[in-house]
Amino acid sequence: MNDLLDPLLLARWQFGLTTIYHFLFVPLTIGLATTTAVFQTAWHRTGKAEYLRITRFFGGIFLINFAMGVVTGIVQEFQFGMNWSEYSRFVGDVFGAPLAMEGLLAFFFEATFIGLWIFGWDKLPRRIHLATIWATAIGSICSAYFIIAANSFMQNPVGYEIDAEKGRAELVDVWALLTNPVALAAFPHTIAASFMVTAGLVISAAAWHLSRRQHVETMRPALTFGLWVMVVAGALTTVFGDQLSLAMVATQPMKMAAAEATYETVCGADASFSLFTLGTPDGSAELFSIRVPYLLSFLSTHTFDGCVEGINDLQAEYQDVFGPGDYTPIIWITYWAFRWMIGLGLAHVAVAAIGLWLTRKGRMPEKAWMWRIAVCSFPLSLAAMIVGWIFTEMGRQPWIVFSLLPTESAVSPNVTGLDVLISLVAFTLVYGTLAVVEVRLVLRAIRNGPPEVGEPDPESGRVEPATTVY
Amino acid sequence: MELPTLWFGIVALLFVGYFVLDGFDFGVGMSLPFLGRDDTDRRVLINTIGPVWDLNETWVIVAAASLFAAFPEWYATLFSGFYLLLLLILLALIGRGVSFEYRHQRPQSQWKRWFDGMIVVGSAVPALLWGVVFANIVQGVSLDSGHNYTGTLADLLNPYALVGGLTTLLLFFTHGVVFVSLKTEGALRHRARRLAARSGTITIAVAAVFLLWTGLAFGTLPFWILAAVAALALGAGWLANARGAEGIAFTMLAVAVAAAVLALFASLFPEVMPASNDPANGLTIENASSSDYTLTVMTWLAVFALPLVLASQGWTYWVFRRRVTRASVESAAH
Ligand code: HDD
Ligand code: HEM
Ligand code: HEM
Repeated sequence: MNDLLDPLLLARWQFGLTTIYHFLFVPLTIGLATTTAVFQTAWHRTGKAEYLRITRFFGGIFLINFAMGVVTGIVQEFQFGMNWSEYSRFVGDVFGAPLAMEGLLAFFFEATFIGLWIFGWDKLPRRIHLATIWATAIGSICSAYFIIAANSFMQNPVGYEIDAEKGRAELVDVWALLTNPVALAAFPHTIAASFMVTAGLVISAAAWHLSRRQHVETMRPALTFGLWVMVVAGALTTVFGDQLSLAMVATQPMKMAAAEATYETVCGADASFSLFTLGTPDGSAELFSIRVPYLLSFLSTHTFDGCVEGINDLQAEYQDVFGPGDYTPIIWITYWAFRWMIGLGLAHVAVAAIGLWLTRKGRMPEKAWMWRIAVCSFPLSLAAMIVGWIFTEMGRQPWIVFSLLPTESAVSPNVTGLDVLISLVAFTLVYGTLAVVEVRLVLRAIRNGPPEVGEPDPESGRVEPATTVY
Repeated sequence: MELPTLWFGIVALLFVGYFVLDGFDFGVGMSLPFLGRDDTDRRVLINTIGPVWDLNETWVIVAAASLFAAFPEWYATLFSGFYLLLLLILLALIGRGVSFEYRHQRPQSQWKRWFDGMIVVGSAVPALLWGVVFANIVQGVSLDSGHNYTGTLADLLNPYALVGGLTTLLLFFTHGVVFVSLKTEGALRHRARRLAARSGTITIAVAAVFLLWTGLAFGTLPFWILAAVAALALGAGWLANARGAEGIAFTMLAVAVAAAVLALFASLFPEVMPASNDPANGLTIENASSSDYTLTVMTWLAVFALPLVLASQGWTYWVFRRRVTRASVESAAH
């Protein structure tokens, strides 16, 4: 019973659950705002009805999704103070600044321009209306930057000094905070990954219609767009993921050791990357694995004869520095999360590249199973994204701010297990219900296909959109 | 001016922005059962705030983030201490926000009724509880030496705080209804005007009790001045509404909300979270604030961003300045 009402455990579950939930919507907001903007620009340039219909189609899904991103985001912001008040007291001086920047420089503009875009079709000059969706897209990307800068401080604290008297970290160099090497790699990696997820949605929706040979005139360009975005974003994700690996090894060597589940320090050919491993249930010994020699060395150091420190050595080192304790994250989670992120991601790029080949010069695959694979794009790319974050956040444990503050000292001391349990249950129920509603609405919007947009103007040949209102 | 004092003022202004702007959104949401006779009416009502509710709500996000950055101790004490109140506010805001976006996604009347209900509850709960929260801050709560709240939820629901909550609820309701009269036409507009006259009378009575109670218990000179401004503006707003001067009525109510919020902040200063059990445990702008370096960075940020924010939001209100009519809503699909 005591365990069930442990505020720390419950607060961690709540943070994990609500952030993962928030992040189901964020990559689509980032990617779909841009996708919508691209097709609206195409319509603006050419006046062709198809492009307006694609704009409206993805714009509609974007709006269904956006509402959820907003309402779940507020929860995130309140949660630092509600569940993690000791954390907030300790890092607020440093960590609050990027959050405030996010609000003032990104959220305000995003919220303003999205309103103008939704309701402004018939009220704004066409060019300005187009500019509002671009502003929304840029705003969402900026907000991601600031939040990742904040998160990177937790991974790799920089730009601060400890004020012993007040018992807190204080900001001394905001530039260092905003150019944290971890943030500089994590931001483009996350944005590129967000575009992969969005491409996944575009491919899934287009493939669903095309496999039924319906809406070909709109879904065909959408499919090509989605496949190209997937390939390009996939390549960028890989490049920045590689940069991120380097930054991670430099700052949190334990995370890389945990990602590979290497207990002993290994060098050169022995620093191999296992594609697949069967181990004992607690992960402490390995029974069978398929390995690529040198790859781990290359990922960690960009050389083939580098060494990767093992968990046991690092654990001993950390005990020397920080005192007795367990400094290892949960290995099986980090190990598998890292593999699934990379595996699912690379699989997508491969599938998209094959898709581009199969659909070259207007060709369309006949085989139903090919289309079925394409339809799986979206859920699987989203899964890659989520496990990537689970890896990042779980790999940081037992620290909430790496090397500065253990997670267990960060929780609100006066909030009872019952309080957190109530909120955890409430969020689970509400989020669960909303998930059902949201998925149904998105599926319905996809099934309905691109909306009709009215007759073209006889003189200019342009089509004019109708107004949207609630 | 000292930086913590400056930031106390900026935080106050951000909350003023939130309560003035999202306040009337709450009011419009709560007015659905009173003013929306049929689905078209309800759609008109929702569309009066359609383009702006999200950016209005963003004020609370920025206010909370600024509180976090400028007064981490205040943020931590407030949010962990008022845990369950804030949880209810969050759940209500989730329900409200989702309902605005999802209500029109399906034509079935059962579907719409569901979301209409959530809009009403999702607007009323924060309108009430924000008042409870701020009244408790002004009154002071029991804090230990680590600045952690030691009371319970029941302690927060004391008579003074409940009167505070009732005041914000009524104030936002009336403000929202006046906004409806400003933004609609025909029968709805007239119904709104009549309703505002009636709810305005009750609002004046309850707000008077709350302001007098606050003044007698915690009043300072700046408080009394601001409270007087709020009271005058509220009375003027009521009169303007009775005469059909909708623009003036709306402005006066906005002034009333702003002055009332500022009055509460003025009665706090220089404390930010007084401790009712032992004054030494309380938070002041000095012991709750961030370092001078952080506040300097934040000041530059605010100086740069706030004018742009105000300009772009002002532009939005200008673009959507026209009244929402039944015809315009009916001509659109759904
Ligand atoms: C579609 C999604 C996706 C794909 C295909 C990849 N990643 Fe990733 N990865 C993410 C989505 C992601 C993420 C969810 O966006 C994370 C979580 C935190 C972050 O910054 O990005 C992440 C984190 C993350 C981290 C952890 C950083 C840290 O904790 O400091 C590393 C080392 C990598 N990635 C490396 C890679 C490599 C080498 C990849 C390919 C070869 C790769 N990722 C593909
Ligand atoms: C959107 C992607 C993110 C996901 C999916 C994610 C996921 C998680 C998960 C699963 C946990 C629980 C870890 C554990 O307790 O073992 C966690 C904890 C946490 N994360 Fe994240 N996270 C994300 C981004 C962020 C960002 C951007 C921040 C900060 C700005 C952040 C701050 C935290 C904090 C404060 C905790 C709680 C303390 C802890 O358990 O370490 N997270 N997150
Ligand atoms: C755990 C820390 C996080 C906090 C405190 C947080 C906070 C918020 C808030 C308050 C909103 C609502 C904004 C509005 O009303 O417009 C929001 C939405 C958003 N968040 Fe987060 N967020 C977190 C994690 C993340 C991460 C990791 C990313 C990106 C990588 C992200 C990107 C966004 C974006 C792009 C939006 C705007 C679009 C939308 O509403 O869907 N957030 N977030």
